[in-house]
Amino acid sequence: MTGITPQAFIMGMSALAAGLAMVAMAGVGIGIGFNAGKTVESTARQPEAQGTLLKVMLVGVALTETAGIFALIISIILLFANPYAQ
Amino acid sequence: MELGPRILFTIGGINVTETVIFSLIISLLILLFAYLATRKMETIPHGFQAYGELIVGTIYNLVADTMGKENLKFAPYIGTLFLFLGFGSCLGLLDLRPITADLNTTVPLALVSFIMIHYNAVRAQTGKGYIKHLASPYAFMLPLNIMSDVMFPITLAFRIFGNILAGVIVMTLLYGALESISASVGSSVPFFMIGLPLPLNFFFDMFEPALQAYIFVMLTMVFTSNGMHVEEDH
Repeated sequence: MTGITPQAFIMGMSALAAGLAMVAMAGVGIGIGFNAGKTVESTARQPEAQGTLLKVMLVGVALTETAGIFALIISIILLFANPYAQ
Repeated sequence: MELGPRILFTIGGINVTETVIFSLIISLLILLFAYLATRKMETIPHGFQAYGELIVGTIYNLVADTMGKENLKFAPYIGTLFLFLGFGSCLGLLDLRPITADLNTTVPLALVSFIMIHYNAVRAQTGKGYIKHLASPYAFMLPLNIMSDVMFPITLAFRIFGNILAGVIVMTLLYGALESISASVGSSVPFFMIGLPLPLNFFFDMFEPALQAYIFVMLTMVFTSNGMHVEEDH
């Protein structure tokens, strides 16, 4: 590879890492989908508990999403506040 | 793209940013509402007093359901936290930067909740019982329990910060894209911005702040009551 300065190499690799970090959302999607599926199943068994089940589902969604938010923070830091940039 | 809040002016060596000014304005508005709601109180409420009674009643019922009736002394702090975080994150509706999109707002509040949880746990479990609970099934669990206790305020702060910041970034990108689409059609007035951002505005500026404030408050309440009631489970 000719003509790539070390600084350009670091910035390119940081952009790649920022994209790869968001693969963590795959697990988050599976977890939240599982939660929503269980809520739908429980609503079908007992339709009058729908309000309580919805509230509990939203609490579960917000807690699971925290793991994905950490990956987002790393991506944002790599793109906008890169510690290896000059 | 600038990610942090704008620094408006400097007093001494302290930068006064948008976040500081908006936090002060929100606090003053909440105080003004509280003053107007309690000015001339009657037994049958009208106007501001009715709204005030609705808000206070809902928060006190929430605290009584989650923590038990004997712990109503926490309700003022929980109510303040919920209102400040809820209204503070809704500022995107007014095209202002939400105050919780800044770590300087969320980390102190998470630390205050952390101190409250552990102070009440030590007071209810008397020192030795607290350390014994940290090493509860086996003695080697002590560093793991300490680590999970230390991670709790960090996740609490970063959860609401990350969600609201993601909303700010998406709305900025969306408005930029709509403006450039309008410019490419040829008009200088960005009329594509008229109805299209509404669903995203509802999600990021009304649903997300309410949900995140509710989660913050709910986690604080659950961990406080767990710390105070754990000696009844043994």
